[in-house]
Amino acid sequence: MATPLAGYLLVAALLFAIGLAGALTRRNAILVLIGIELMLNAANLNLIAFWRFGPHPEALTGFMFAIFSIAVAAAEAAVGLGLVVQIHRHARTTNVDEINRMKG
Amino acid sequence: MLEKADQLFVLLQHWVMGLVPAAWQTATGIVLAVVAIIAVYPTLFALAVLLERKGLGRMQNRYGPNRVGPFGLFQPVADGIKSLTKEDVVPFRADTLVHFLAPLVLVVAVFMGFAVLPMGRNMVLVDMDASLLFVFAMGASTELSVFMAGWSSRNKYSLLGAMRAVAQMISYEVPLLLSSVVIVMMTGSLSLEKMVEAQNHYSYGLPHWYVFTPWGLAGFVMFVIAAMAETNRSPFDLPEGESEIIAGYFTEYSGFKFALFFLGEYVGMFGISGLGVTLFLGGWTAPFAFLTWVPSWIWFFGKVMLWICFFIWVRGTLPRLRQDQLMNFAWKFMLPMTLLNLLVAAMWRFMGEGWLRWAVCTAVVVGAYVLMGRTGMRRGQIGPRSYRYAE
Amino acid sequence: MSIAFVLVSALTIAGGLAAVLLKNLVHCALAVSVAFAGLAFLFLQLDAQFAGFAQILVYIGAVAILVVFAILLTRGAESPKGESVFSRAWQAGLAIAAAVFAVLGWAILQGAAELPANAATPQVTVNDIGHALMSRYVLPLEIVALLLTAALIGAVIVAMHEKERAK
Repeated sequence: MATPLAGYLLVAALLFAIGLAGALTRRNAILVLIGIELMLNAANLNLIAFWRFGPHPEALTGFMFAIFSIAVAAAEAAVGLGLVVQIHRHARTTNVDEINRMKG
Repeated sequence: MLEKADQLFVLLQHWVMGLVPAAWQTATGIVLAVVAIIAVYPTLFALAVLLERKGLGRMQNRYGPNRVGPFGLFQPVADGIKSLTKEDVVPFRADTLVHFLAPLVLVVAVFMGFAVLPMGRNMVLVDMDASLLFVFAMGASTELSVFMAGWSSRNKYSLLGAMRAVAQMISYEVPLLLSSVVIVMMTGSLSLEKMVEAQNHYSYGLPHWYVFTPWGLAGFVMFVIAAMAETNRSPFDLPEGESEIIAGYFTEYSGFKFALFFLGEYVGMFGISGLGVTLFLGGWTAPFAFLTWVPSWIWFFGKVMLWICFFIWVRGTLPRLRQDQLMNFAWKFMLPMTLLNLLVAAMWRFMGEGWLRWAVCTAVVVGAYVLMGRTGMRRGQIGPRSYRYAE
Repeated sequence: MSIAFVLVSALTIAGGLAAVLLKNLVHCALAVSVAFAGLAFLFLQLDAQFAGFAQILVYIGAVAILVVFAILLTRGAESPKGESVFSRAWQAGLAIAAAVFAVLGWAILQGAAELPANAATPQVTVNDIGHALMSRYVLPLEIVALLLTAALIGAVIVAMHEKERAK
């Protein structure tokens, strides 16, 4: 029994919404980053699913998009978490509600 | 007859598969192979532990275990029974669920790697296209289990050990991966099966193993060092240094869970040495053309056991490194050397047949090694140094 | 829908939910790695082996580890007692997320009849991926390499900053 494309899209949509909710509602900056990673992953699932069910899978377009997106997400996580650690050293907090000054 | 001995296990599997109805045959075959893997490696683990204790004992001028059975041969059995019947102590403040899951995740991830390892002619459970990537993916998941174990114990030694282990594994995963990429470049495939096939021919009775080329030898040495660090073996056993942080991330484990960690560590060692054997030492192929009649699986397991013996020998010989030495070595020596090795392999590939590529590639590898070793030694970053308390 | 798909997607979504809802940050990081693993399985079901293994290698092997390191470095695991883990404006955030899901779900269900339910398994080997990366996608590959180098140097500089001041 094959799963239709709509199934994958629904899972991806739900995951995206969960990630968005996490990014918007959590106080901790690291959790915000985790939410963003979840959203990126949901997008990857969509890309791969469309590649698999698309008319030209041998062109590898969606697949490559997902691979590059994984690489970019890794870079994003490294820099983002580096910034969070740096902000913690500076402001002694990782609460995004309290990090509201542009001035050091 | 010899043909049959070579394919003994495959034939056995097919024979059992023939006993069940056609609809169940594929499933039976897979279950049989999985059961074989799960049975063989713990047995080897028992053997390796005995070998290690005996061998280390000999190196340190003592007997080693010699009480249980003839020559202490049943020591692993006694150890197993002991760890099964011991009380399983969980610290009061521990995070029970994570504490429980950590050894399971480790053992599962470690065993998964064997699914793609070719252990003999036609003896691979899943022949997939990206099997090398699969092995590394499974190796990467063990890091999380180490962290889970250390963090959930709520013990500062465990946490320190886990952080050391994770930092070390991440740092040495980079040279490990890069030193294997050389083989991928040469084979043009990520499939371990194809890598063995590519090494399975002979000229003048000698095999075409990748270790017998300048880039292959350099990659092999890097791989061995990185593999030692990945499996937390001495001299890279800082994460579990007994004299400093007790036993590192599994300090708070006892009974069967401790046994699982122990098993995971050794089986991980078999996994990584199996991978190294497949990549550089020709997998299940024979070392000489006139020995090809010996069953392929004997060669594979023989090479793996030799590799383990080497690990034991190194453990009995070298003292433990310090954390900064470990990190400096990974990032300032191993990483540039493996990157350079990629370049050397590319040069080899495009220089065509002939002695010229041998000369040039050897010169580049040796030159870089000498140059970087000298510079590192002079700056005191990777070389030996004096200790205030040991003078 | 196959049973494997239902199980794996349930696991993935449960991991995602737990990552967003749990109090202890380390638990969140572990839950999100469950979600990553589930996604890797979904990739495998979609015949994208390479992407699935890359997902495990990058997300579980690197990103999850980075996250737990960051949590421990910022002492995030020991959150102050009595304080909510959710931001003050959590109702608005939840409403936006729910609205987004409603729109996406509505769009998918509206178009579900026209979406393909079945497709032939693509015959794509790792070799093809390599050739594509080296020919058609060579420019993006180079840009990603540049980006990763920049991120590496950037991360090192961000981490080094404090050390110099301490001297």
